[in-house]
Amino acid sequence: MKEEIIISGFGGQGVLSMGKLIAYAGIADNKNVTWLPAYGAEQRGGTANVTVIVSDQKIYSPILNTCTTAILLNQPSLERFLPYIKPGGTLIYDTFGIQIPPKRDDIHIYELNAMDTAAEMRNIKVFNMLILGGLLRVRPFVKLENIKEALFKTLPKRHHDLIPINLEALKKGMEIVKEINN
Amino acid sequence: MENNRECFLMKGNEAIAHAAVRCGCDGYFGYPITPQSEVLETLSQLKPWETTGMVVLQAESEVAAINMLYGGGASGKRVMTSSSSPGVALMQEGISYMAAVEIPAVIVNVQRGGPGLGTIQPGQADYLQATVGGGNGDYNTIVLAPASVQDMADYVDIAFQLAFKYRNPTFILSDGVIGQMMEQVYLPPFKPRRTEEEIGTECPWAANGYHLTQRKPNIFSSLEMDPKTMEQRNTRLQQKYALMSKNEQRATTFLCDDAEYLYVAFGSVSRCAEEAVVVLRNRGHKVGLLRPISLWPFPKDCLNKILPTVKEILVCEMNAGQMINDVKLSINCQRPVYHYGRTGGVVPTPDELIEAMIALIKQ
Repeated sequence: MKEEIIISGFGGQGVLSMGKLIAYAGIADNKNVTWLPAYGAEQRGGTANVTVIVSDQKIYSPILNTCTTAILLNQPSLERFLPYIKPGGTLIYDTFGIQIPPKRDDIHIYELNAMDTAAEMRNIKVFNMLILGGLLRVRPFVKLENIKEALFKTLPKRHHDLIPINLEALKKGMEIVKEINN
Repeated sequence: MENNRECFLMKGNEAIAHAAVRCGCDGYFGYPITPQSEVLETLSQLKPWETTGMVVLQAESEVAAINMLYGGGASGKRVMTSSSSPGVALMQEGISYMAAVEIPAVIVNVQRGGPGLGTIQPGQADYLQATVGGGNGDYNTIVLAPASVQDMADYVDIAFQLAFKYRNPTFILSDGVIGQMMEQVYLPPFKPRRTEEEIGTECPWAANGYHLTQRKPNIFSSLEMDPKTMEQRNTRLQQKYALMSKNEQRATTFLCDDAEYLYVAFGSVSRCAEEAVVVLRNRGHKVGLLRPISLWPFPKDCLNKILPTVKEILVCEMNAGQMINDVKLSINCQRPVYHYGRTGGVVPTPDELIEAMIALIKQ
């Protein structure tokens, strides 16, 4: 098993932390992981992306030619990374950030309206957890319980009161993700 | 061994900081610069001054930091700094002075693309600066090139041991990929800092207070007005470098036993080359990888050992062709040696390395 994931969106959307949770969950499952961020002058409103590899074999290159799964959260990210997805691979996108839907008939495409759902939940910060929930539903290569454990590890103790709403968002994301037939 | 050690997920830069505290480092002096700022940041969070007593100081500049290393190292303390390419360029004067008077210290360079301020993206274009001595005069420093976050954690202690064994500054030459990437890592066990008594016994050369022992004062000065005396000092240094060159070559090989085509790559590029070797082997090509761990001394013995089966060599680097010279010299140009490089912060993908090798094989 080797999952190669690219997550890309606006800075501040939780792209890097989403990748971190996946990496932590992979380690909890005794898998090998690499997490490589784009570390340019990224900031809120700019673009941010991260490459995460989870594998039960040794990971040689942390740098990818192509990926098996892409989570793309805005139009520039879609344009840049859509060609990276291997045939048969998976694309998950948010309908708020991407208004011109992707066109490829050799990959599985899923969408979710995470931005509006986060607004309904009255906590815009859970946006990335909704997306992550969607990923766990369609590509369950890491376990939900390990993501929960990762939340405890990555969130500072003073924010642990936010864990329930994050878990709720994960669950909600699993519900609202839907496959798009080309 | 790894079974009873806790596994962490952290960046290469963070691993450097943790390893420094754990291997009994006495002082860190540095100035923030991307892509290595997490070293100082992590040390500030770890607050080792409250536990091991290690000093952590943000200097006013890289020039100040390297001269703090000069002072700390001269007193027999285990001191280190870290920076990235333009910052390390500023330190060269201090490194030359330390080499001249044989002061041990560890310098970490998490390289970015140059020249000048360049980019903040990864690079390997400080290879020559690190391996042939970036400052003035005839001197060498041992240069270790990590290729994983685990290497970042492991090489700090090795670098300190080598620095003190030879009384010489030692480099850890990393790059932005290894510094910024997170991987699982097993941190080294805690080792206490050396006591004043231990430093007194192990470092009789140290300027650590002669009044305690009534010995003659230990003085560090790189200035020598008499050329003959200065030449004698140089001769002795060269003898030391020859010994280092003989004893401290380090490398790993990957599928080299029957390799006809050989990649030579270090740091993050060696990871891409490993992937390329696996892909090309699956396609039936006899390809291997030599990954120098010590860039100085260059592992020429290892390269010559695997040379008999090798027809052609492809050196891959994130620079315009620097290590390639060491490869050619090591084998006296007995094989054709080619280069594939990306510069300015562009990181090559495994596919690029595969294409470059396929082009070679098809020739």
